[in-house]
Amino acid sequence: MMSFKRGPSDPNPLVAPSGLTAKDLGNEALAGLFARPGRMVLTVFGTVIGIAALVATLGLSLTAGNRILGRFDELAATEIVVSVKPGPNGPIPGALPWDAADRIARLNGVVAAGNLSVVDVKGVLTRTSQVRDPSGQTAFSLTVEAASPGLFQAIRSELRSGRLPDEGHSARGDRVAVLGPGAALRLGIADVTQQPAIAIGDNRYVVIGILNDVARQPDALGAIIIPEGTARNDFALSGPDKVVIETKIGAATLIAQQAPLALRPDDPAVIKVAAPPEPKRVKDNVQGDLDVLFLLLGGVSLLVGAIGIANVTLVSVIERTGEIGLRRAIGASRWHIAQQFLLESAAMGFVGGIVGASLGTLVVISVSFYQTWTPVMEPAIPLIAPLVGAVIGLVSGLYPALRAARLEPVDALRSGT
Amino acid sequence: MPESLRDSVIELSGVGRRFGTDPPLDALIDVDLTIKRGQWIAIVGPSGSGKSTLLNVLGCLDRQTSGTFLFDGVDVAALNDRQLAGLRSRGIGFVFQSFHLMAHRSVIENVMLADVYRRNTWSGRRERAAAALEQVGLGHRMEFLPTKLSGGERQRVAIARAVMGAPSVLLCDEPTGNLDSVTTASILDLFDGLNQQGLTVVMITHESDVAARAHRSVRMVDGRLTESA
Repeated sequence: MMSFKRGPSDPNPLVAPSGLTAKDLGNEALAGLFARPGRMVLTVFGTVIGIAALVATLGLSLTAGNRILGRFDELAATEIVVSVKPGPNGPIPGALPWDAADRIARLNGVVAAGNLSVVDVKGVLTRTSQVRDPSGQTAFSLTVEAASPGLFQAIRSELRSGRLPDEGHSARGDRVAVLGPGAALRLGIADVTQQPAIAIGDNRYVVIGILNDVARQPDALGAIIIPEGTARNDFALSGPDKVVIETKIGAATLIAQQAPLALRPDDPAVIKVAAPPEPKRVKDNVQGDLDVLFLLLGGVSLLVGAIGIANVTLVSVIERTGEIGLRRAIGASRWHIAQQFLLESAAMGFVGGIVGASLGTLVVISVSFYQTWTPVMEPAIPLIAPLVGAVIGLVSGLYPALRAARLEPVDALRSGT
Repeated sequence: MPESLRDSVIELSGVGRRFGTDPPLDALIDVDLTIKRGQWIAIVGPSGSGKSTLLNVLGCLDRQTSGTFLFDGVDVAALNDRQLAGLRSRGIGFVFQSFHLMAHRSVIENVMLADVYRRNTWSGRRERAAAALEQVGLGHRMEFLPTKLSGGERQRVAIARAVMGAPSVLLCDEPTGNLDSVTTASILDLFDGLNQQGLTVVMITHESDVAARAHRSVRMVDGRLTESA
């Protein structure tokens, strides 16, 4: 049996202020929220949409920026072509050294480099046999190019059959040739197993390889490519026209600065470098216009969400007037009442932030999946989003909480339930 | 005087409550009332007589504008709002005409609410709430929702909530106003039992047969208090 007799040894606790432990506060706020779960879900919805829109916008713009960078990575961002500026009387012969490709290849960040020159054959024709066929064309005017061995890697050539010339062919001036697919078709050579030969003017060359495709310098597709040393011997090539360079990703800008000094330390200004634009600039241009509209939309949804929380919390304060009166009667101070309603609205914002950040992340992943992009996301964003939601909820709850705290317990208790 | 002070739970002397309307309204005029520990007292009177104002002053929900009010020897006028809230929490158990139970929380959770603003830990809270429910005869309804209970049972839950912290005074505002006569009798029996265990009961009512169950009855008329029995 309980006793209601206060013992004489009891310290008088009556004048101690009332209090509310964090655990009790949390319990009361959660119970208040889950008393009407359907309403809570609908209230949170606005915040969910707002946060989701913001997270998706930030994630998608990062993803889109990354996609554009990715396309450049494929080919253009790693390609440099070095040539010579024309002098006042036309091209300066021999302005590039014969070992230009080797010098470039020694630079850190270069994957492959090769010399490429168009050989001046003085108008002689190319043919496969001495037979003159009156019914068809047997001699063609084809471009002849001279290449150092590294060029084939630098232009990412694929062989259809045979092999590529090496240092030895060039050093000895061997009369061998590689055909681009267009040249091979015109000359009627499909295969190198029979060691076919072609004649350029009066000189005969053994075809040792046929190319299938090249990724750079598409002129090579229709040309006959002979070793550089052979071109010097047979056609008096005076020096390389240009050097084609493939760099590592991100090294192009650096190599473009270093190449003129490596090739012509005496007069770097004579060298002309064609390098890809700074990839970063491309990225910035794209991002700028994407974001603004969606960030604005997300902000508006957040505002609507905040107003929704404020509205529903206010309705809830009015509905729960009797409960507020009871709480005041059993010892709640005005601040305790305000705390509970603030915590309820902040919790709604927090949950909205979590759900919204998850939805936004899903949107980024889905769009990326559909577009076959790589989803990119600032890792802090999904973590900050719930906090943003909680702050929005807290701010929305300020006015309703103030109203609840201001209720007079006497009046509140009379209002039923 | 200290001996007699300890014996009286409530001591009003010359208490007045004036509302600052224009013209000012005196809802309580020069009220003297001493309630001894263990008494069961009924305050009766017609509506508009100042009963509710007196209840709010006694319940520390409102402050008098003149006179002194000692609650368990503590001068209420000297307390700030937070101390007054603490006094309500520990010293007074409220029972209302309309029960004021939370519809979506179980019976025992409603009773446990009494502890929320006392800074008590959760250990033993449920057990004490269960004991209070046993005391009012509702040990078999602990996990029910209040909406599933009859009016008399709901009021018993409210009484269990009020007595859980062993308050100095049980303060009841028309506790049987929403109940039929049979239920009213059983609730009054419950008050009788609690009173016999030493609980001071102050009951405001306008029904004379309800007031007749109390040991002492005072009457409010036009803001003035007169002894009626």
